[in-house]
Amino acid sequence: MLRLKNNFSIEHDIAGCGLCGIINVKKIRTNGEDIKKAIALEHDRGNGLGGGFAVYGCYPEYSELYAFHVMYDDLAAKEATEKYFKNNFIIEKQESIPIFKTSKINDHPILHRYFMKPKSDREDRLFSELKDDDFVVKSVMLINSDYDGAYVFSSGKNMGAFKGVGYPEDIADFYMLDNVEGYMWTAHNRFPTNTPGWWGGAHPFTLLDWSIVHNGEISSYGINKRYLEMFKYNLALKTDTEVIAYILDLLIRKHKLPVELAMNVLAAPFYQTIDKMEPEQKELYTALRQIYGSALLNGPFAIIFGYPDGMVALNDRIKLRPLVAGTKGDFTYIASEESSIREICPFPDFVWSPKAGEPIIIKTVKTTIDSENISQKQRLIIS
Amino acid sequence: MTKSSFTNVQSEYLAVIDHAKCIRCKRCIQNCGWGTYSFGGDKIIADHSKCVACGRCYTYCPEGAISILKNPTVMRENGNWQDYHIKNIWRQSETGGIAISGMGTPLKYKKYFDHILLDACQVTNPPIDPLREPMELKTFLGKKPSKIELDFNEKGQPVLKNKMPPQIELATPFIFAPMSYGSISLNAQKVMALAARALGIVMNIGEGGLHDDLVPFGKNIIVQVASGRFGVNRDYLNSGAAVEIKIGQGAKPGIGGHLPGEKIGADISRTRMIPAGTDAISPAPHHDIYSIEDLRQLIYAIKEAVNYEKPVSVKVAAVHNIAAIVSGVVRAGADIVYIDGFSGGTGAAPTIVRDNVGIPIEIAIAQVDQRLREEGIRNEASLIAAGSIRSSGDAVKAIALGADAVAIGTAALITMGCHVCGKCHTGNCSWGITTQRPELTRRLDPEEHGEKLYNLINAWSHEIKEVLGAMGVNSIESLRGSKERLRGIELTDSELKALGIKHAGM
Ligand code: SF4
Ligand code: SF4
Repeated sequence: MLRLKNNFSIEHDIAGCGLCGIINVKKIRTNGEDIKKAIALEHDRGNGLGGGFAVYGCYPEYSELYAFHVMYDDLAAKEATEKYFKNNFIIEKQESIPIFKTSKINDHPILHRYFMKPKSDREDRLFSELKDDDFVVKSVMLINSDYDGAYVFSSGKNMGAFKGVGYPEDIADFYMLDNVEGYMWTAHNRFPTNTPGWWGGAHPFTLLDWSIVHNGEISSYGINKRYLEMFKYNLALKTDTEVIAYILDLLIRKHKLPVELAMNVLAAPFYQTIDKMEPEQKELYTALRQIYGSALLNGPFAIIFGYPDGMVALNDRIKLRPLVAGTKGDFTYIASEESSIREICPFPDFVWSPKAGEPIIIKTVKTTIDSENISQKQRLIIS
Repeated sequence: MTKSSFTNVQSEYLAVIDHAKCIRCKRCIQNCGWGTYSFGGDKIIADHSKCVACGRCYTYCPEGAISILKNPTVMRENGNWQDYHIKNIWRQSETGGIAISGMGTPLKYKKYFDHILLDACQVTNPPIDPLREPMELKTFLGKKPSKIELDFNEKGQPVLKNKMPPQIELATPFIFAPMSYGSISLNAQKVMALAARALGIVMNIGEGGLHDDLVPFGKNIIVQVASGRFGVNRDYLNSGAAVEIKIGQGAKPGIGGHLPGEKIGADISRTRMIPAGTDAISPAPHHDIYSIEDLRQLIYAIKEAVNYEKPVSVKVAAVHNIAAIVSGVVRAGADIVYIDGFSGGTGAAPTIVRDNVGIPIEIAIAQVDQRLREEGIRNEASLIAAGSIRSSGDAVKAIALGADAVAIGTAALITMGCHVCGKCHTGNCSWGITTQRPELTRRLDPEEHGEKLYNLINAWSHEIKEVLGAMGVNSIESLRGSKERLRGIELTDSELKALGIKHAGM
């Protein structure tokens, strides 16, 4: 049986990795060739045990529907899960995810996608009044923890994750990403250090429209997990990336923090910085640390976080993992190595190394660029 | 009944003087609070029966002429009827009284801290060098909202909508445990006040009221309200950084306190606001708290009195059902809960209680933290773990088990010279700590010992930074409650479960 889930007897799956991200702020869509090239250059940052991509803007014709990407071990799992879907969702369309059998990826689960929306008279309505988003999150968690042999790896609108066990360039070929178009792409090459590869464990990790690719090991995993459990998150995968995604879900979706502030929870400014702030700001940042201290991500990490309005790149508070950014016209590139950027954009307008703990937030132009908390230099470049 | 002049209870220690070295300076006579030494015309004579091995005499003997030895006279060994039991029977058969002791239990119960090991980083995540990178120990005690509420100012920037509930800011996650003026000397309290101010932390003055000399240290003081209500009035409640309601103490859960009238001199009488010479009695229960809703009333009465500007702490002893109790206390409105474990210290407690009642702090804090998380109210109150924190290692483990900060009592007294002789209840402490005799208290210099105490907490804080760095985190909040960084050794499955940690190798 293929490994979809983390059934290994470990508390916490750890990995080193390579990352890439491309965004066009005018939402001009491009196919997956560039991102594949960029991440392929970081081949040595992975070991063939996990690769994947997230793409935004890939399902414009179904943009109002939740696009579920699901992996199944067998037909029985598919049947059981589809029963749940049928009871609770209106399924507008479903199909196999198109794949191209390559010699490199010769062992894969059943990969199926569903475009659907929750029914107004779904099962849980007998007991509660969950919003659609909350119901989708609940459904994803339920399937991933309770449905053996089924794993939802993407559930957002007009976006999708494509991932599996293999090198990312092979995964790109496997999913034929040169036929997929989007205005924002992220990619990941995985180097797990304490588990064999498992399909669900590949990045990106997604929840609704959020997607995360991540290089690092969260040394504060234990307390981050316990903190999330207080808010009833079920951490079935035991990965750092899952923790990051849930913290962002809690902060941005549930607690309504602006993205910038949420990043300042993940990589909180040091008190020595806070103490020098203006009184109003100092009060806010002190309160953030007091309230969300258990959500602080401590340890080495570089993440690229995608959401429909843009992309965020963030390093830990003392920059223990590499992260480089570059821009050219309407494109912004983020990668673990500058060479990845130059591979697809040999002459960027600017290339720089984001500072420790300071998020780079690139929003698509429909929304304003809010570059608060981005250092002067970074601000100049982005605007 | 006729009283025999002989006692079965042999002296536990022998104070042996090397008369060849002795220069007859008589310092030992002065120094011993228990009157062990006297001058016999041409040489120093020691009454061994009075020696408690407090260590004062040999520390101050200029010639190194004193040795304190364990009395080698044997009692017939018996694994079941040990000396300890037999002697207590003799003592009690002579006095007919309840056996009283000071300090935490000396009995060798399992110490869970000694069966817990910490994690460190290798390769996949790098350790952090605390000498090169900032390492944050700052800790805030008090209720935190579960989520932030934001407003946006004219510039569209987010600002805090509601003020945060009051917090105590600690530069390092230590506080000094409550010890009242009366149970310890004013100088001993001053030692802690000076150290607390220099360290940016707080001391707790215990239930004996606030002496005038400590008023200027208000920002670094937690004032206590116990069942005796000594010295409590509106000004008192507002004079510190927080107010603590003392329900129980780890060394004597369910037991009150009793400071005999002889110890209530003019100064203590004024500070406690009771007549000189009367016994100061703290009843076992607060006479206005017979259930959780009564506690809630007292908590809110105090909050009203301090205008909701100071956090209210509730101190409870770790007993069997501690998780449910603390959950109730938090729901009753406490902003901080101080949990005092079995083996915590005391000025005086019935020996039977001290040695037999309660549960260890390691298990209590782990259970309480878990319970509050399960109920989704961990943010409602900060937790302080106490009950013989002996080292920075214990402190780190307590914090990883779920405490926000730890309280230091006995360790603080040890910096003042205390040798943990356990005779605090006699009021003769040779070190000037648990005594009110002026000739003894005078010798405890607040400045000198304040610096020693400062040094200790400073050193422990550096050690915690080293450990955080080794774990690859640079902030204490990433350690707090992070049980994943702990492993047990030589523990049963039940013990591991109670602590919520895994065995080494898992
Ligand atoms: S202090 Fe030492 S030297 Fe002085 S009288 Fe006592 S035993 Fe002798
Ligand atoms: S404080 Fe108590 S235990 Fe310590 S030396 Fe004095 S009497 Fe002995």
